[in-house]
Amino acid sequence: MNEQVTGYWLATLLQPLVLLLAAPLLVGWIKRIKSRLQNRRGPAVMQPLRDLRKLFAKQPVVAKTASPLFRAAPYVVFASTLLAVTSVPLWSIWLPSTTVADVIVLVGLLGLGRFFLALAGMDVGTAFGGMGSSREMLVSALAEPAMLMAVFTLAMSAHSTNLSSIVAFNLDAGVVLRPSYLFALLGLILVAIAETGRIPVDNPATHLELTMIHEAMILEYSGRHLALMEWAAQLKLALYGLLIANLFFPWGLAERFTPLEGLGALALVGGKLLLLGALLAVAETTLAKMRLFRAPQFLNLAFLLTLLGLLSNVILESGL
Amino acid sequence: MNRFDWLSEYLAQLQDELIVVRRGSARYLPPAHMLEIDAEDWTRAHELAAANGYRWAGLWADRDDESARVLSLLENAGDYLVLLAELDAGNPAIASISAHYPAADRPQRHLRDQHGIALSGEADSRRWVRHRAWPADQHPLTPDFPAGGFPEPSPTPADSDYPFQPIAGNAVYQIPVGPVHAGIIEPGHFRFHAVGEEILKLEQRLGYVHKGVEKIAVGRDAVGLARLAGRLSGDTTVAHAWAACQALERATGTRPPRRAQQLRGLLCERERVANHLGDIGAICNDVGFAFPQYQCSRLRELWQRHSDKLFGHRLMMDCVVPGGVAVDLDDTGITTLRHDHACIRDEIDILFDVIEDHPSLEDRLLTTGRLSAASARELGCTGHVGKASGQAFDLRAANPYAPYASHPITTRVLDDGDVMARVQIRMREIHDSLDWMDALIDHLAGDGLRASLNEPGEARIGIGFVEGWRGEIVSYVRLDAAGRVARFFARDPSWHHWPALERIVMNNIVPDFPVCNKSVNASYSGHDL
Repeated sequence: MNEQVTGYWLATLLQPLVLLLAAPLLVGWIKRIKSRLQNRRGPAVMQPLRDLRKLFAKQPVVAKTASPLFRAAPYVVFASTLLAVTSVPLWSIWLPSTTVADVIVLVGLLGLGRFFLALAGMDVGTAFGGMGSSREMLVSALAEPAMLMAVFTLAMSAHSTNLSSIVAFNLDAGVVLRPSYLFALLGLILVAIAETGRIPVDNPATHLELTMIHEAMILEYSGRHLALMEWAAQLKLALYGLLIANLFFPWGLAERFTPLEGLGALALVGGKLLLLGALLAVAETTLAKMRLFRAPQFLNLAFLLTLLGLLSNVILESGL
Repeated sequence: MNRFDWLSEYLAQLQDELIVVRRGSARYLPPAHMLEIDAEDWTRAHELAAANGYRWAGLWADRDDESARVLSLLENAGDYLVLLAELDAGNPAIASISAHYPAADRPQRHLRDQHGIALSGEADSRRWVRHRAWPADQHPLTPDFPAGGFPEPSPTPADSDYPFQPIAGNAVYQIPVGPVHAGIIEPGHFRFHAVGEEILKLEQRLGYVHKGVEKIAVGRDAVGLARLAGRLSGDTTVAHAWAACQALERATGTRPPRRAQQLRGLLCERERVANHLGDIGAICNDVGFAFPQYQCSRLRELWQRHSDKLFGHRLMMDCVVPGGVAVDLDDTGITTLRHDHACIRDEIDILFDVIEDHPSLEDRLLTTGRLSAASARELGCTGHVGKASGQAFDLRAANPYAPYASHPITTRVLDDGDVMARVQIRMREIHDSLDWMDALIDHLAGDGLRASLNEPGEARIGIGFVEGWRGEIVSYVRLDAAGRVARFFARDPSWHHWPALERIVMNNIVPDFPVCNKSVNASYSGHDL
């Protein structure tokens, strides 16, 4: 029993470290696939990690008009995202970090980060930052309810808002085709695309300030501040990937944590994330960015899907 | 219909209005027809021209120690008419025509800043090209101003106090963009007034790339002028050099050999294809669709490498020289070109299919950034901007010059006026240019590459008109008796496209500005001179 407890705590401590390393690699992987699809060689998968190291070594330059909030925001954004990503089951279900937090805490942590990100965007007083913050709020105000609805659909089946319980329930239930899950999955994918600033909602590769959402808010950041902001964004992408991979396709997650089982689970999760990343790259290559005012329609669709998920859960699956 | 059929009607109108035509000549500035009128009739003559629907195509002054004159270029049915007014050399002043031709606003301010010609009537009193590099009472194009400028006591202060036209209202905010942009492009400032995401007004502030071209042209020989013209705007080096050479040749009565004219056409069409390819890719990239951007960049790069191999320069700079061309094409060159055209046709067939039939791209480009036909007409837009908005004018067909006179080219026009239409015009022009070049190289003449310019013997003037890839380019040259340049003015189509962009973005949303801007792709350098 003691060994088991040590294993859990070790896994809990290791999870954020693994994700800190894996999240930039996931972004590098997506860029790589995208480059290949565009007939380019593209940067190495390691490149985002190298960029982070470079940024940490650089001196941050802060505008004269910046308030202390501007300096604090990167730490808050980074810490809240890291906490959020720690509360999602990565390789094992019953870790202390995943059992203490539930879906509502997760959404709250992401909300906290976004709040400070938007404030920081407006802090220096440039037109671009303010525009970015206003657009981010437009997107997230619509994405957040859809996200909650999607996970509530799962929670209703599992009778718990705790992510570990939901995963355990899904593992126990085995492969059951539930219409509600399908709706929730589709809704969550749309939310993930909007929330992580990917095409067709936002373009992470653009240099055009007037079209940016996420990038516009962090235009004024440099050095380690920028590194933290970038890292947080990469973690957020990994987080949504994990949610989709582990909530809907939980097979392979270790119920009890031994080193061997943990590594096996990690490899499986890694495979799922790589697959999701490749799918994202394909979607981003074949689609142009939407007009900004299409984004609400896009997120309304996400909300509608998740609402349908919830309804079909009540109507069709209440007996299950 | 014969050339200048419409002119007698205009002359009759002038007579009815009691406007004295002091001199009318078709030989003074061929192929344009020149009418000299009094400065006091300037606005009225333009009002009549505007009412007749003549396109206004440029305004410049020519000033020396004894005299100052203003020239205004009008076009109708492919024929050019130059209105000329002599001004009081000691105290030059001219009335504004921007009430009738709104695009004349900036050229007039350019005139005032550069020549010290006062503007009367409804004229914008703000400086244009004169940022703060020289005081208001110094005018670089006056004869006593040294080419190197007067020594400045301190570095030029930033141009931070330019009075933009304000828009008042609840929740109206300004977005300053530039002059330094995020991409590696030229500098220029855009001031947006917006409510939420909707653009209420865009005002441009250009002049950051002012190089004093008009001043440093003075005293050059013909070859030097062609080199200078080729550096006005790097992406249009062939067309600008060609227009300048045409002006020089007309001033001196020189006729370049036929083969040279054909090769000039070939170079110019190659330039068109390269730039259109680059623009099509860039427009797609601006709406987050990167695939065509990489394909077009690749094709353009290969195309330019072939230009380098065949003509010694990627952009074909300094290939057009006074009297002819500095490059030749041998049989292997012709084979290479044929192969090159066939390869690029195969690739763009596939690529353009993707661009034209991609729903998510269509969603972004259709109806975005509309320029009405009336606006395009009023502002005198040519090239892809005009042709996408119902303005059929293309100099190569409207008043064909060599080699287009003997090798006619297909020209296009569309009515939608949106970003998609400007993309489609470019795509079709690439095909047309390829077809035209293929036909041309089958009929290359063999009569030499370069004629030497005739000695002018006396002061002469000449004007050149070339359809560059952006549209109609006008080049005006005055030579002194020794054959040195006394005045040079080049009018890039961007003079008309920049004001068009201000109208194009009206009622569009802020994030759509970059794609609207790229679909116009006006030149900063060609405009700032």
